[in-house]
Amino acid sequence: MTLGGIDIIVLTATLMAASTPVLLAATGELIAEKAGVLNLGVEGMMIMGAMAGFAVAVTTGSPVAGFLAGAVAGALMALLFAVLTQVLLSNQTATGLALTLFGLGLSALFGKGYEGVRPPSTGKVPFGPLSEIPVIGPVLFSHDWVVYASLILVAVTWAFLRFTRAGLILRAVGESHDAAHALGYRVIAVRIAALAFGGALAGLGGAYLSLVRVPQWTEGMTAGAGWIALAIVVFASWRAERVLIGAYLFGGITALQLQLQAAGYAIPVHLLSMAPYVITIVVLVILSAIHRHGAQAAPADLGRSFHASA
Amino acid sequence: MNRRSFLTTTAALALAATSLPAFAEEPLKVGFIYVGPVGDMGWSYQHDQGRQAIEAEYGDKVATTFIESVPEGPDAERVLTQLALEGNKLIFATSFGYMDAVMNVAAKFPDVKFEHATGYKTADNVAVYDAKFFQGRAIQGTIAGRMTKSNKIGYIASFPIPEVIQGINSAYLHAKKVNPDVEMKVVWAYTWFDPAKEADAAAALIAEGVDVVMQHTDSTAPQAKAQEAGNVITFGQASDMSAFAPMPRVSSTIDNWAPYYVQRVGAMLDGTWGSGATWGGIDTGMVEIGEISSAVPEEVKAEALALKDAIAAGTYHPFTGPLNKQDGSAWLAEGETPDDGALAGMNFYVEGITAELPK
Amino acid sequence: MITLIKRPTPSRGWSYTTPIIAVLATMIAGGLMFAALGKDPAQAIRMIFWDPLFGPNAAYFRGQLLVKAGPLILIASGLAVGFRAGIWNIGAEGQYIIGAICGASVALAAYPAESHLLFPAMIVAGALGGWLWGMIPAVLKVLFNTSEILVSLMLVYVAQNLLAYAAFGPLKNPQGFGFPGSRNLQQYPSAHNPELIAGTGAHWGVLAALVAVIGAYILMHRHIAGFRIRVAGEAPRAARFAGVVPARLVMFCLGLSGALAGLAGLFEVSGPSGQITDGFNAGYGFTAIIVAFLGRLHPLGILLAGLLMALTYIGGDMAQMMLGLPGAAIQVFQGMLLFFLLGFDVLTNYRIRIGRARA
Repeated sequence: MTLGGIDIIVLTATLMAASTPVLLAATGELIAEKAGVLNLGVEGMMIMGAMAGFAVAVTTGSPVAGFLAGAVAGALMALLFAVLTQVLLSNQTATGLALTLFGLGLSALFGKGYEGVRPPSTGKVPFGPLSEIPVIGPVLFSHDWVVYASLILVAVTWAFLRFTRAGLILRAVGESHDAAHALGYRVIAVRIAALAFGGALAGLGGAYLSLVRVPQWTEGMTAGAGWIALAIVVFASWRAERVLIGAYLFGGITALQLQLQAAGYAIPVHLLSMAPYVITIVVLVILSAIHRHGAQAAPADLGRSFHASA
Repeated sequence: MNRRSFLTTTAALALAATSLPAFAEEPLKVGFIYVGPVGDMGWSYQHDQGRQAIEAEYGDKVATTFIESVPEGPDAERVLTQLALEGNKLIFATSFGYMDAVMNVAAKFPDVKFEHATGYKTADNVAVYDAKFFQGRAIQGTIAGRMTKSNKIGYIASFPIPEVIQGINSAYLHAKKVNPDVEMKVVWAYTWFDPAKEADAAAALIAEGVDVVMQHTDSTAPQAKAQEAGNVITFGQASDMSAFAPMPRVSSTIDNWAPYYVQRVGAMLDGTWGSGATWGGIDTGMVEIGEISSAVPEEVKAEALALKDAIAAGTYHPFTGPLNKQDGSAWLAEGETPDDGALAGMNFYVEGITAELPK
Repeated sequence: MITLIKRPTPSRGWSYTTPIIAVLATMIAGGLMFAALGKDPAQAIRMIFWDPLFGPNAAYFRGQLLVKAGPLILIASGLAVGFRAGIWNIGAEGQYIIGAICGASVALAAYPAESHLLFPAMIVAGALGGWLWGMIPAVLKVLFNTSEILVSLMLVYVAQNLLAYAAFGPLKNPQGFGFPGSRNLQQYPSAHNPELIAGTGAHWGVLAALVAVIGAYILMHRHIAGFRIRVAGEAPRAARFAGVVPARLVMFCLGLSGALAGLAGLFEVSGPSGQITDGFNAGYGFTAIIVAFLGRLHPLGILLAGLLMALTYIGGDMAQMMLGLPGAAIQVFQGMLLFFLLGFDVLTNYRIRIGRARA
């Protein structure tokens, strides 16, 4: 199936894999932001996940161990952020930026010696004859297990936020920490848990980058993916199902512009690359215009420190 | 600009100006600044290999220092000054974007010598050097033209600058020479190093049916993508990338700065350093052709090696007329070869490439 | 059980002591890291904090401190005013880029005409460009109540792509041999932002930063407008009764911080950097956010914080060069410093009580 010289099926399959790291990181950040914490350190958590995941996978020979290590490394970074912003009440914006700087440096230090090494391969899920089905086969049944896991995670996150009591508490904490506190919920504990979860997913996304998508370890290899994850959360107006769309759009636009070039189209690369961000702003404006007098899309207490005054 | 004639006059001047080192016991301090981290396994890594070669060659007679990941711009100027103030007498600035910073600092430190990679501005104490990467592309193009079954060759380009355009043209011309049906597909990644994007670019090209992927970006991500696809061949870029041999990586073009660095430091030590512009190729060892792997048929390998020898011997120039520009206008007449100055500013595709060069 | 009790007013004593404690803590933690890397910690720390100020060649480095700190202080002074009012512009990086593009465009359009009016015109264009880029989130906030944090952040990426587009397209130096990047404004006397007193590093941007610090101090601490801004940040409802119009405040704060960031970009592109290139923005806009918070949003604090940040950059390069520390270790060290500075600040605003708090 081709359109204007572009194979849509291949493009779709490519962008699913290409979007997985940012999808994971954005889903994690979504949970943190829903709890009211703006963690700008996604890039730092991702790169630590990429490094730790790679190192452990190479050492043990097991990609699964690698992904676990990536998640743990991301979560540890997030906990550092949590201690600073939740316990010591430092400013979230500045701390997040510092976390990115710290993560980029630390991963480069620990990652020395792993450059140029090849990681063990992460297997594709054997769907047997299913992957032979035209159109659906390559798109749906040709990926490795992390791609499916990330899709399941999005669904679980969506259901968690929408249907569970814990999800409700999480949202309440993000909307009004004072009210949530007054109702007896432990605001700080909820936020720390949300941050750790967000960090784990960012780390997982980083590990996917170094173990599957590239696959190799080099300093600074996330090359801004963490920042894209932040943009996706905004684009998605803090809704899990829209994170999926956002990740595919942001991941897809790069895949698409490269594919257009490969098909021989001369395109204005830079103008096309800024498109997702412009679209995000437009989406934000529309959403805020709709909710002009009602609830805003963003959690009301996003980025605010909470201190339970006696 | 005629770089060669400029070279001879300035070289003579600089030669006269250079004095012999006062004390032989004092080690010669040599500084390096890199645009990326040493661990990038590509551009900066190769320059650092050159630095290590200096240490291995001269031992106690030299003391080298380096600073990595220095952004182009004001930081570079400060770091270069820092290196000069710390007593480095020879400083290698290893990225194009350091050019104006090098010129500024060199004017302030007339007794410090500077070597600037890939630039075009020289002074009494500033020499420039670059490698004729397009020579390596000629060999890659030959192998690619012989081995492609789909007759489609993909090229992951970084930025639309002369060095990259020379490579695309050279690869295309030599692929077409051995296989008139080849078609070249070019993707501009607008980055030297972004593994994820390079992987996407390779995937996009492979989806377009190419079975050869060449890259002018530094990561091994395209190699991994090609391996995944199975029957696609690639070439190592900057470093050998031998981890991917024998398939998909069938050969490579290695930036080997070591011979030049060793020679220039030697010239400093015996007081013969002079400014100038060096554009080294296969003959000087600056462009090294990595081992052609067992995946390449013997006769193709022999053909490629013969081409390499002809280029090294100077009997063959990868750009030999008759050649037309993409728009059909004449560029080189029968048997004509371009001078280095014209080549250094190449900003057009040759005839036959259907893609459009970004403006 | 340890509990934090909010102080009625921030402690003056602690606000002076915590930065010192933080720096000492960083020295210990960083020293341990340096020791783990096999380097002499005392020497490394002396090189980072002491040598740029008082070591050999300090005269040069003190000037460079100003060059590096100038843009940070200029941007942070503007941002802090907004942060005080609870208006979160985190897109200074984008405003910095647009200011530089606008200012440089004016110069490049006039090239090669020489006029005393050119530099002032560039200043106006730079400030206007940054102001306009800052007004986008401001207008959207006023009209639709769209979050300025997110819009300003998104606009950074838009600006970065515009920058790349400009460097490869309309602003490319026609005499640059096909390489990206604009003409170098350092070589265009009317457009050059030179060192005002040779050897001091101080250019118009450094002067502007000092003016901004003084201006911000007068505005925030000696003027009724500053009082209103602080009230708006601390008690938005009360501010409304005091006659603060939120829309005007948003426009003012985002416009001011945008204009100052744009100015910083203009002074950088016409001075230390000299040209518009793909990687012209070196993260000043983001680092300035950190500087604003390290300086506790107080103009004088920002002045000191900007200088401290600049010191770690310059000293970090020195430690890399002299001790062979990897660049990454310096990044980690800076990260630690920021964590400690941000973390210990809790003592300024809260009292720590050990034992059960009385509810």
